[in-house]
Amino acid sequence: MANAVSTDVRYDCIVIGGGHNGLVCAAYLARSGRSVLVLEAAERVGGAAVTRDFAPGYRVSSCAHLLHLMPQAMIKELDLGAYGFKLANAAMPTTALSQSGAPLALGVGDTGALMGASRADTLAYPAYAARLRRLARALQPIMTSVPPRLGTDAWSDRLALLRMAWRIRRLGRSDMRELLRIVGMNVYDLLEEHFDTPLLKGALGFDAVLGTNFGPRTPGTVLTLLYRLAAHEGSSILAQPVGGLGALSDALGKAAIAAGATIRTGAAVGRISLQEDRVQGVVLQSGEAIAAPVVISSCDPKTTFLGLLGSDQLDTGFVRRVSHLRSRGLAAKLHLALDARPSFTGLGAEGLAGRLLIAPSLEFIEHAYNHAKYGEFSAEPIFEITVPSVNDPSLAPPGKHVLSAIIQYAPYTLAAGWDRQQQRFMDLAIDTLERYAPGLRASVSCTELLTPRDIEQQFRITGGHWHHVDLAFDQFFMVRPLPGAAQYQTPVAGLYLCGAGCHPGGGVMGAAGRNAAQQVLKAGAR
Amino acid sequence: MNNAPHFKQPLLTTPFHARARALSQLDSFIPWAGYTTVDVFSSVEQEYFAIRNATTVYDLTPMVKYRIAGPGATAYLNRLVTRDVGKLKPNRVAYCVWCNDAGHLIDDGTIFRLGESEYRLCTAERQIDWLLDSAIGFDVEIAEVTEEIAALALQGPTSCAALKDYGLVGIEALKPFEIRHFAVGANEVMVSRTGFTGDLGYELWMRPEQAEGIWDGLMAAGSARGIRPIGSMALNVARIEAGFLLPNADFVSAEQTIYTERARSPLELGLEWLVDFKKGHFTGRRALLAEERRGVRRRLVGLDIDGNKPAHNALVYDDRSGKREIGSVTSAVWSPTCKRNIAFAMLAAPHFKLGSEVWADIYLNRELVWERRMVRARVVDKPFYAPERRRVTPPANH
Repeated sequence: MANAVSTDVRYDCIVIGGGHNGLVCAAYLARSGRSVLVLEAAERVGGAAVTRDFAPGYRVSSCAHLLHLMPQAMIKELDLGAYGFKLANAAMPTTALSQSGAPLALGVGDTGALMGASRADTLAYPAYAARLRRLARALQPIMTSVPPRLGTDAWSDRLALLRMAWRIRRLGRSDMRELLRIVGMNVYDLLEEHFDTPLLKGALGFDAVLGTNFGPRTPGTVLTLLYRLAAHEGSSILAQPVGGLGALSDALGKAAIAAGATIRTGAAVGRISLQEDRVQGVVLQSGEAIAAPVVISSCDPKTTFLGLLGSDQLDTGFVRRVSHLRSRGLAAKLHLALDARPSFTGLGAEGLAGRLLIAPSLEFIEHAYNHAKYGEFSAEPIFEITVPSVNDPSLAPPGKHVLSAIIQYAPYTLAAGWDRQQQRFMDLAIDTLERYAPGLRASVSCTELLTPRDIEQQFRITGGHWHHVDLAFDQFFMVRPLPGAAQYQTPVAGLYLCGAGCHPGGGVMGAAGRNAAQQVLKAGAR
Repeated sequence: MNNAPHFKQPLLTTPFHARARALSQLDSFIPWAGYTTVDVFSSVEQEYFAIRNATTVYDLTPMVKYRIAGPGATAYLNRLVTRDVGKLKPNRVAYCVWCNDAGHLIDDGTIFRLGESEYRLCTAERQIDWLLDSAIGFDVEIAEVTEEIAALALQGPTSCAALKDYGLVGIEALKPFEIRHFAVGANEVMVSRTGFTGDLGYELWMRPEQAEGIWDGLMAAGSARGIRPIGSMALNVARIEAGFLLPNADFVSAEQTIYTERARSPLELGLEWLVDFKKGHFTGRRALLAEERRGVRRRLVGLDIDGNKPAHNALVYDDRSGKREIGSVTSAVWSPTCKRNIAFAMLAAPHFKLGSEVWADIYLNRELVWERRMVRARVVDKPFYAPERRRVTPPANH
C-alpha cells in the first residue's frame, strides 16, 4: 500500500497519546535531544489525568483523582513546579467511615497515628506497617527500572536479576522469609493474622483491591498491596494538585514543550504504518501521514496491537496472547455537584480534606466483589471518596462543593447491560453516601457517573481499566503486559509501548513513560 | 453410520470402509486422524509396484479439511502460511507449511483455491484453534469440513487412462496442481492433479453419499489398467522416494513438542523454497529471518546408504568410529525402483552439506539376534525418484 508520507517534517519519535505517561516519555526523549511529536486524540492533553467541567462551574479530576505514585525525583527532574504544578494538599489523611460508630482515622501515610481501632490493633499496627514498608522498599527499585528478560545470555539481564535477588536477600532472614511467605497470599488472610478491628482490616485491604479485578480473598492481593507501597516509596503521600490532576498533565505538557517536544491535540492516530517490517510513522484518522523511525504508544496494548498496528503485522501466538490480556475495568467514577459542604458522621474538617473510605470490613469488600464475578454491580459497593473543593475552592462556585468517588465493583460487562442499569447504580451510590453523610442527597445539584464502558469511550482505554491490563502475577513485571513486549519493546522494530499496560502499571505514576524513554534511548545508542 | 455413543466407537469409518473391508485380505487396519484405515490390503510390495506401474486407489478421507472463505481469506492465508498465496490462481493447488511465532513448523498441507475468496486447506493434524486464533482481525470464516468430503487418491502411470475410461472427459488436459470439476452420470467429482507419490496421479473429492458409487465405477473402469487399492505402508515407500515429509515421522508439530529443541523450522527441513520473505508479514517471519541470518544448525537431508538394510531409526556419526553423533534417520526404506538404500536424516552442521560422507549405525534383527552395522552413507539431493510423467500434460495413454 502506498502511503503519502510527507517528508518535509520528520520527527525522531512520535508518541501516541498525550496522557501522563506519553507526556513523561516525550519530555525525557526531548531532553535527550530527540525531536518528538506527541499526538493526542482529545482536544487537550492528560488522558485519564484530566480536570473537566461536569456541571456549570463545577470541575473535577475525571478519572484519577489523587496523586501519590509519581516519584518526587521525576517531579523535580522535569521541574514541574516551574510549569504551574502546585499541591493543594500535600498530605491527605485517610479515614475509614463507619455507619454505626465513630470513623477510624489512619492518619497521613502509614506512619500516622491510628485512632479508633482496638487497643491490641493500635499496638500492633506500627510494627505491621514498618515491616510492609521494609518489604516494599526492597521491591522499590523494580518500579523504576526496565524489567530484565528471562532466558537470555545478556549480562545486563543476569545482573538485574542478581541485583533483585540481592536486595531481597539483604532484607535479612526474618523479613525475607516473610516476603516469600506472603507474596503469593491473599490480603484477607494476611490482615486476619494481624488485626481484629473490622474497620481497620477493611481500610487496609481496600488498597490491595482498588483498581483491580480482585476481592480481598483473591490470591495475589498481597502483591498488589506491596506494589502500591513500593510505588509510594520515594513519592509523595496522598496529594491533590491545585486544579486537579489535569493541572499536573498541563505542567507535564509544558515541560515537554519546553524540552523541545511538539504536541498536537485533536490528532487521532488511525494506524501505525510499517515499511519493510520497520516503523515508518503513523497515519492520522484524517489521512495525514507523519513519518518517524520510532513510534511509542501510550495506548493500551489491545488498542496498540490490534487497533493501530493490526494483527496482520503480528504473529498468531502474539495476537492470541494480546487478545487474552485481562483488561476489563471494575471501577466506576462518580462526580457530584453539591450545594453545601457534605457532613460525614463523626468526621472533622481535617478528615474531610483527606481520603474517605467506605469498606467497613473485609467481608463487606468480598461480598461487594462477589457480584462482579457474575456480571452484576455490587449491591453494597466500596468507595474511595474525596471532596477536592475543600482543598481547592477553585473547583466549585463559592460556598459549593464537588465530590469525587471511585466505586467498586462496577464490571465492564454487566449482564443486564449498562444502558438500563446506570441510573440504578447512581441511585444506589447516592443512597449509600446518604447513609454516611445524612443530608447529602438534598444538596446534590448535578451528577456524573462514569462506568468502565464510559471510561473506555471517553478516555480510549480498552475495557476502561485504569491499569490497562490487570496487575496480577501473570501480567506483572517481566511479563507485563505480555511476553514479547515486556521491555517496552514490541516485535516490530521501532515500535515501543509506554502506557499503564507496561511495567509498572497504572495510577498517575509516569514510571512507564520514563522507563520507555530510557529503552528508546538505549536502542538508539546501540 | 452407527449411532453408538462415541466411547463405544472410538474410530470412525470412512464412506469407503465397506468396500475396503471387502477387499482387505489381511484385515490390517490402523487409526488415522480418528478413522480406521487400511495399512495393507494384500502385500506391500504388490501395492507399491502398482503405484509405479499401474493405478492405485487410496482412501484419503481422514485428511483434515478446512473451508476458509470470506473477503479476507487471501490475506488470512498469506499471514498463516509461509508461501505467497496471492500468487495462487483460482482452481490451483499449492503445497505449503505454517509456523508458530518462533518459526517452528506447526504442520504442512495443501491449499486449494476454489474461488476468488474461497479455499480449502488440507492438513495432517486437527488445528482449528490455531486457525481461529490466526483469524483474529481478519474478515474470514473457517469451518472444518472433513466429514463432508470423501476423498480418493488415484495414483500411478495408468491413472489418467483409468479416469478417462471411467468417464472424466478431458482429464488428460489437467495440469499438475490444477483443479477441475467433472460429472459422471449423477455423480459430481472435483479432481486435482496432486498426490503423495511423486508419480502421475490425481485426487478425487466428492460427497460422502456418492463415494461408494464412484469407487465401484473406478474399480470397474480401471480393471484393464491394473487398478488396485493400496494401504498406507505402500504409500510410505513411494513418498520417501518422492522426497515428501511425513508429520510425526520427519518432524513433530511445534504445537505438540514438549522440549523446545524438538521443534523444526522450514529452513531446517529443507523447505526454504516455500518461504517467501518478500510477500509481507506472516507468522514466524521475524524468527525465520533471524534464523536465516544465523544459519541453520541442523538440516533434513537425503542419505544414500551402502548395502541394502534400511537404516530405520539409525543414529548417524561423522566417522566410522562412532564417537561423535551428528544426527539421526527420520525415515528409511529400501527403494525398489531406484534400487538404492535411501533415508531422510536430520544432521547437524556442517555435515548436512551435499556430498558429505557420514556413517549410519544400523541395527538388524536376525532371527531375534541383534546385529549392528556401521555403514557408510552420502548426503544426497532429494527427491530420490522423480519420473518425468508426473508432470507431462497430457500424460501417456497407458
